[in-house]
Amino acid sequence: MSKSFGFLKKNDRTIDYDKNDRALFYYLMRVEPSAALCIACGACTATCSSGNFSSLDLHKIMLSIRRGEKVYIAKEITQCVLCGKCQLVCPKNVNTRGIIFQIMSFLQSSQL
Amino acid sequence: MNSDVLVIGGGIAGIEAATNLYLLGYSVTLVEQESELGGHVAQWNKLFPNYKNAHQIIQTLLQQLPGDITILRSTKIIHLSEKDRLFSVNLSNNSTITTKTILIATGYDLFDARLKEEYGYKIYDNVITSAELESLLRQNKPILTKQGKEPSRIGFVHCVGSRDRKINNLYCSKVCCVTAVKQAIEIRQKLPFCEAYCFYMDLRMYGLNFEELYNESQEKYGVTFIRGRLSEASETIDGKLILKVEDTLLGRPLKMTIDMLVLMVGMVPSKGTNFLIKELGLHINNGHFIASNDEHLRANHTNKHGIFVAGSASSPKTIDDTLADARSAAMAIHQFFKNSKL
Repeated sequence: MSKSFGFLKKNDRTIDYDKNDRALFYYLMRVEPSAALCIACGACTATCSSGNFSSLDLHKIMLSIRRGEKVYIAKEITQCVLCGKCQLVCPKNVNTRGIIFQIMSFLQSSQL
Repeated sequence: MNSDVLVIGGGIAGIEAATNLYLLGYSVTLVEQESELGGHVAQWNKLFPNYKNAHQIIQTLLQQLPGDITILRSTKIIHLSEKDRLFSVNLSNNSTITTKTILIATGYDLFDARLKEEYGYKIYDNVITSAELESLLRQNKPILTKQGKEPSRIGFVHCVGSRDRKINNLYCSKVCCVTAVKQAIEIRQKLPFCEAYCFYMDLRMYGLNFEELYNESQEKYGVTFIRGRLSEASETIDGKLILKVEDTLLGRPLKMTIDMLVLMVGMVPSKGTNFLIKELGLHINNGHFIASNDEHLRANHTNKHGIFVAGSASSPKTIDDTLADARSAAMAIHQFFKNSKL
């Protein structure tokens, strides 16, 4: 077999605001507006019990809410064990645990 | 015509300093090149962070301005010369003023956004400056695109003309971050169905109640902040704008079509400030504004004996800082006179 040049099909990594769906963001703005306060400082991610052993990254989830990246959130959020350590360290006093509950209930009731 | 102090510039710094110098017992002449006093602040609508009416500030300052002060409107400085510690100033109305001290309160101009060509100001239809948006808000005009439609998405670009080595402006203009937050809230209030996005490098919410306003903009008004500098804007066939930005918090490229782009233009020394720097041989700070003799102890003194500076002629300042600086300049001149009599 001849050696390949390494051409690959690449997935588009662009966050496309003309196609994404910000429904979850607007839902949270109604039921848990502290979600908008996240400054992505990463304290939650650093302390996360689950994150030590999994790909769970809460500050990325918070950003993805605003960016309308629902598929990523749905995949990651199930790894949370709801220990609440993220809420203890959050400097903006974001109700992280409440937000995770709301995300779960939103995802259950909406079609992905 | 003689006076103890000649105040050049009738914006808020000049007015406040002139009032206080008069109260300290000096004869004051105030020169303003425009037909009205008030400077830039007279152009603004509501002020951050508490939505006080800018008009009210000007009105209060003018009410306090003593009638005995000589005010020369629509008058420019043509030439200045010094002899035996007395300045002789030729004016555009062909008169000459002899004065013991000069207070420079000539302020700033807004950065010319055309210099950041990649943002498309004066090239694309729907790119405006923060000052133009403020003017629409002040006149209570409808916010519409050039095509006459109500926008459903507005973007704000922070640091246009500030903290940018490419245009040799290394300084922070201090007011634009919080102005973007204020204007984004006003857009959300006026057009509840219009989304507002702010594109920033980092946010400088240093003042009292700035951070609170920023929190409110997110929690109450859903303004979305994206950390990433706009690299390029391009126009679609129907006059919308496509933005290309890196979302640096997620480390991914971002694409967004918006209806209107607002450029948060910073401050540069005004034409008048630059004229006086040249005419009087004043030192400049970081290549731009008038340098203080000592930033800590002699902030209102320049390198020239008898010449003082107040307000944003020496660096970008908020309204509060400008007024405090003007009062401080009045005290510096008072000290100058007291010491020279000894």
